[in-house]
Amino acid sequence: MDTKEQLNHLSEIRSLMERSSRCLSLSGLSGISAGIIAIICGLYTWWYLGDGSFAHTVGVTEYFLSLNIFSEKFITVAIIALVTLVLAIVSAFIFTYKNSQKKGLKIWDTSTKYFLINLFIPLTTGGFFCLILAYYGELYLLASSTLIFYGLALLNASRYTHREIRYLGVSEIFLGLISSLFIGYGIIFWLFGFGVLHIIYGAVMYLKYERE
Amino acid sequence: MGIIDNISKLFESRLRLGIMAILMVNDRVDFNTLKEHLEASDGNLASHIKALEKNELIEVHKQFVGRKPQTTYTATELGRLSFQKHIDGLNNLIKGMK
Repeated sequence: MDTKEQLNHLSEIRSLMERSSRCLSLSGLSGISAGIIAIICGLYTWWYLGDGSFAHTVGVTEYFLSLNIFSEKFITVAIIALVTLVLAIVSAFIFTYKNSQKKGLKIWDTSTKYFLINLFIPLTTGGFFCLILAYYGELYLLASSTLIFYGLALLNASRYTHREIRYLGVSEIFLGLISSLFIGYGIIFWLFGFGVLHIIYGAVMYLKYERE
Repeated sequence: MGIIDNISKLFESRLRLGIMAILMVNDRVDFNTLKEHLEASDGNLASHIKALEKNELIEVHKQFVGRKPQTTYTATELGRLSFQKHIDGLNNLIKGMK
């Protein structure tokens, strides 16, 4: 065997190891779409709580924190949050499904299963933690908690998909910690973390792995 | 010629190397998953698995899932070590030729 053949051989082995242990269908477009949905829904919530204007975030936050969790406004915000989550997951799934079709990869295999399990354990923990915060009326940590738990979830699941998702995870954790020091600006951090960072990550991944 | 050289001979088959590569990064893999990734026929794959098992590079586990028997494979410590050595060897060979 000559060098070139050996090199091909090695890269073939490498790709086999990657394909068999990582869910590589995850599309960059999923990140972009989830980011856009987060921005639209986040801005709408900001506007809704500011009574039809983008009032200063500190005032909006104070108003939000003063709401009774059974009030109409609070329940509406909770419903928007739920809708955002569902839309983001559905759109992420659609683009990932399309990507798997295009690349001839199986959408459901062991690595996808492990990816989802490892993603959703920290993520649902975070979800319940936020519900508990709401129960105690301590919602000022909502933005930072969602960012930190989401970051930890990505970090945890990064072993089963594209490695680069680690950077997104670490950025979300970092942003969440900073955000906890700036109560009253949570919505800005949230829009940046779930919106802008998703779009940047998605675009980078799309250009790197999916552009023809 | 130590034992490792003998084992490296075992890896000369593309399919055997492929089986080991998959088992290096996955805890437990069943027959069908191996088959899908390696695009091999049942008989061919089975005979290579047998050779690896005989040399104690992989371990075979048989259990029942409901009523269906399921066979899964894992790499042994010796298997992991040998695979690593073999890959290192290939790498050195390439470096030496440059």
